[in-house]
Amino acid sequence: MNSEEIFALLEPIIITYLPDDVSANEINRESDLTRELNINSAHLVDIILDIEDVFNIEFKNEDMEKLRNVDDAILLIQQKTSASQ
Amino acid sequence: MDYTKIIDKLPYTEPFLFVDELLSVSEESIVGTYIFSTDLYFYKGHFKNNPITPGVILTECMAQIGLVCFGIYLLRDEISLEKINVALSSTEIDFHCPVFPGEKVAVISEKIYFRFNKLKCKVKMVNSKDEIVAKGTISGMIVNKDLI
Repeated sequence: MNSEEIFALLEPIIITYLPDDVSANEINRESDLTRELNINSAHLVDIILDIEDVFNIEFKNEDMEKLRNVDDAILLIQQKTSASQ
Repeated sequence: MDYTKIIDKLPYTEPFLFVDELLSVSEESIVGTYIFSTDLYFYKGHFKNNPITPGVILTECMAQIGLVCFGIYLLRDEISLEKINVALSSTEIDFHCPVFPGEKVAVISEKIYFRFNKLKCKVKMVNSKDEIVAKGTISGMIVNKDLI
């Protein structure tokens, strides 16, 4: 899967957990999930669990440390989906 | 892990500690009890001349036993429990019958998941007649204070 395809699947997951005062238009590849999109730590976990289901992969604690913006998520998903093929 | 040790590690004290005793705890579930003594401060105002335990207090009791005591047990080997910090992230509870001053309740909590420090549980509260008082799901973050 290329990064565009991953983003297309990832964006609706992020939108689900976006606070009311943040518009879906604000999501781009560089968006910082917690600082810019205002996603709290509990919802960040929800996003990871949804990503695991959609992409059939598994995140570890150390992956969370690498996860800051949307591109970080895409990179992690790419690494994990290619490793599982 | 000794049950009384779990209660000792709780970050609450009177008048906001709503756990008396833990009856069982495992990787999958926890059971604990609490008696709402008749002299608790909120009965004076909820309601006027008609004391009934507030739903938010029932929720708090369910969270303290079902999420925080449970989380302390689940994290027993991992973190410095002196520094445990909790943040409730969501609750969805239905209330089925009132709890009056002096009643004893039991809280039963089953783990849905505990990942990346987020504990989500199916929690119910029953009274001494084994009637369901309240049930629903509660989730929160349970972490070592150093990490925040």
